[in-house]
Amino acid sequence: MVDIAFGPERGQRPDLADTRAAYLEMVRRKRMYGGLLLVIFVALMASGFLLAEDRNAGDFWRGLPQVFDFPSEVLSEAWAKRANLPGLFLDHVPALVETLNIAAVSTLVGALAAMALSLLATRGLARWPRAIPLFRRSMDALRAIPEIVIALVLIYILGGGPVPAVIAIALHTGGALGKLFSEVAENADLKPVEGLQSVGATWFQRMWLGVLPQVAPNWLSYALLRFEINVRASAILGFVGEGGIGHDLKLAMQWGQGRYDEVVAIFLLLFLAIVVIDRVSDHYRHRLVKGH
Amino acid sequence: MSAVDSALTETVTARFARKRLFAFAVPSVILLYLAFVAVAFDVAGLAQRARMDNAAILLSDFWSHKIHVSRDNRSGDLSVAYEGETKGTFPPGRLPDWVATDGTVTTVDLGGGHVVTYDATGARYAMPGAGTLAITPQDDRLVLDAPYGFPARINASDTRVTVTTDAGRLTYTRSKVETFRYFPGWELFFFTLDSPFFGKGPLDLAGLAVWGDRLDPALPNIAAMARDVWTNAMWRHGDVVWAIFETVLMAFLGTFGAALIALPLGFLAARNFNPLGPARFALRRVFDFIRGVDGLIWTIILSRAFGPGPMTGAIAILVTDTGSFGKMFSEALENIDEKQVEGVRSTGANGVQRARFGVIPQVTPVLLSQVLYFLESNTRSATVIGAIVGGGIGLMLTQAIQTQKDWEEVAYYITLIVLMVMAMDSLSGWLRRKLIKGE
Repeated sequence: MVDIAFGPERGQRPDLADTRAAYLEMVRRKRMYGGLLLVIFVALMASGFLLAEDRNAGDFWRGLPQVFDFPSEVLSEAWAKRANLPGLFLDHVPALVETLNIAAVSTLVGALAAMALSLLATRGLARWPRAIPLFRRSMDALRAIPEIVIALVLIYILGGGPVPAVIAIALHTGGALGKLFSEVAENADLKPVEGLQSVGATWFQRMWLGVLPQVAPNWLSYALLRFEINVRASAILGFVGEGGIGHDLKLAMQWGQGRYDEVVAIFLLLFLAIVVIDRVSDHYRHRLVKGH
Repeated sequence: MSAVDSALTETVTARFARKRLFAFAVPSVILLYLAFVAVAFDVAGLAQRARMDNAAILLSDFWSHKIHVSRDNRSGDLSVAYEGETKGTFPPGRLPDWVATDGTVTTVDLGGGHVVTYDATGARYAMPGAGTLAITPQDDRLVLDAPYGFPARINASDTRVTVTTDAGRLTYTRSKVETFRYFPGWELFFFTLDSPFFGKGPLDLAGLAVWGDRLDPALPNIAAMARDVWTNAMWRHGDVVWAIFETVLMAFLGTFGAALIALPLGFLAARNFNPLGPARFALRRVFDFIRGVDGLIWTIILSRAFGPGPMTGAIAILVTDTGSFGKMFSEALENIDEKQVEGVRSTGANGVQRARFGVIPQVTPVLLSQVLYFLESNTRSATVIGAIVGGGIGLMLTQAIQTQKDWEEVAYYITLIVLMVMAMDSLSGWLRRKLIKGE
């Protein structure tokens, strides 16, 4: 019994005399591995930066002093025309609302899909246990396709407007949230589910009444976090594709000099929206998860 | 007792009533919102705007290609080309065997007995069992003469006639007559027409690679094959591989560069390492500012300074993620177990040593897993950022989509992007398991 407590294998005590040597040996090996990893990592980073620099059209060191040229040019023009800003703010509020709506709808739809997918893909809760790998792989696939790919293809098929962006973001959200939701649901207490099963509840009732109340705070918190991410994503999709404040920004940028006050107005709107949403969602997520 | 009971009953009933209200109110609010958005986004009008023919083109290009056989009606020149592209044009002496021409009369065999004939009077489409459809230009307009019940989708006007059947498509305009024949697979994927290896089967190729005579005297066959695939003008495999590599490079450099910068900043912004309250506050607001400005805006500003390319994309990711990492790292550092640090301190260690031996070992797994998660998601973002800054596969994809022509290339890029993201996902998952759990 004592031997078991001391050594990893039955009947073998660690050689106490050699502890020091063994420890030093272990430390040396650890250091060597760590050093080796570090060297490889540094080499990768350095060569990567050199290569990226080589393939870049502009030069990094020449560009560095110019980083602030463009912002200062924009800001100075906007400052000269600062009287226009309030009006421009109002002009672009509808576009901002559209961007926020895209994010909200896609989060909602994506989260609803993720709820179903995650329950179907969680061990112990799944409706059809044999189909768990199928649902998991489909969530992986949904997450793997970048939004821009779906959005651009859908713009080609459906024409412009916000709907392609909604579908693209919702699909990605479904996959991403599904994985997180499923991790939460895995830790849910199964006793309420069993209790409900014993009174003859259907699968839907078991999930709705037994699982959902347990996981709702965490799920909501993840959904809020996703909403933050989706606001940014819908702004970017607007810039690359169509619709929302991103598109307005692109148009103003393409115009260039003369409309920099508009660029600043859109920048500020987007910045404020993102900061406010971050703050509010941070606050509620804290309350949801920690209860205060 | 009864007083308490009635109070209890009251609260319980009141809570039940509130819950019941909630249970109905939340779904109905969601439904109302969705209905409102459906109106605002004009979902009803979508059905009319949707171009299902575009969807069909895209889907068919995913698995098939077409060869254009076209005749210039003014000069009489015939050209046979993959997807109608100059770089896929058959040289005059080497037409495919289903196209026959004697200078004035050209017959195109579409398979299954469908035969299209171009001659001096116009074009004819013969279908077994359905008769022959003829298109003849007269004066300034096209005259279509189709047998009754000819099984084809026909779209005819005075200047343009399009006949689409299961076997192919015939288009006649005053200047040009063109037939499409569809084949499964992607055309010229490995070798283009100017390569000596074009049109050889896998067995022939293997034979040539191993013991065949050199087709190009300067190079061994296998090297010549690799070169021809790499420089394939139709698919640009070399450029595509570089673009994918650039995208991964952007994500890698951006993520790890940001982590390297954010680590010391995280220490400076953590309460238990930096006693200077105002400095912490300032640093945190800097992180908030960087995150709030958002990747899109950073990308635009930086691409103005550094020009298009992967370096710009990497810096854009680096800047954006420095904000997120700084916040996350400082939070992780505030949540460490102080006992370990105290133990190291008791041996007389200075600040750097305490950080190295007391803190880093505790936080490494947390930080590393966060960084690896970001690497995954940045591989996806690098596609979008590439489209904005002009580098990587994102740029190639947006360009291919915007030209609205080479949908098989779009399909190819989409496939590659998905594979790239999946590969990076499993790589980062593998690294996480290896480095953190030590398996």
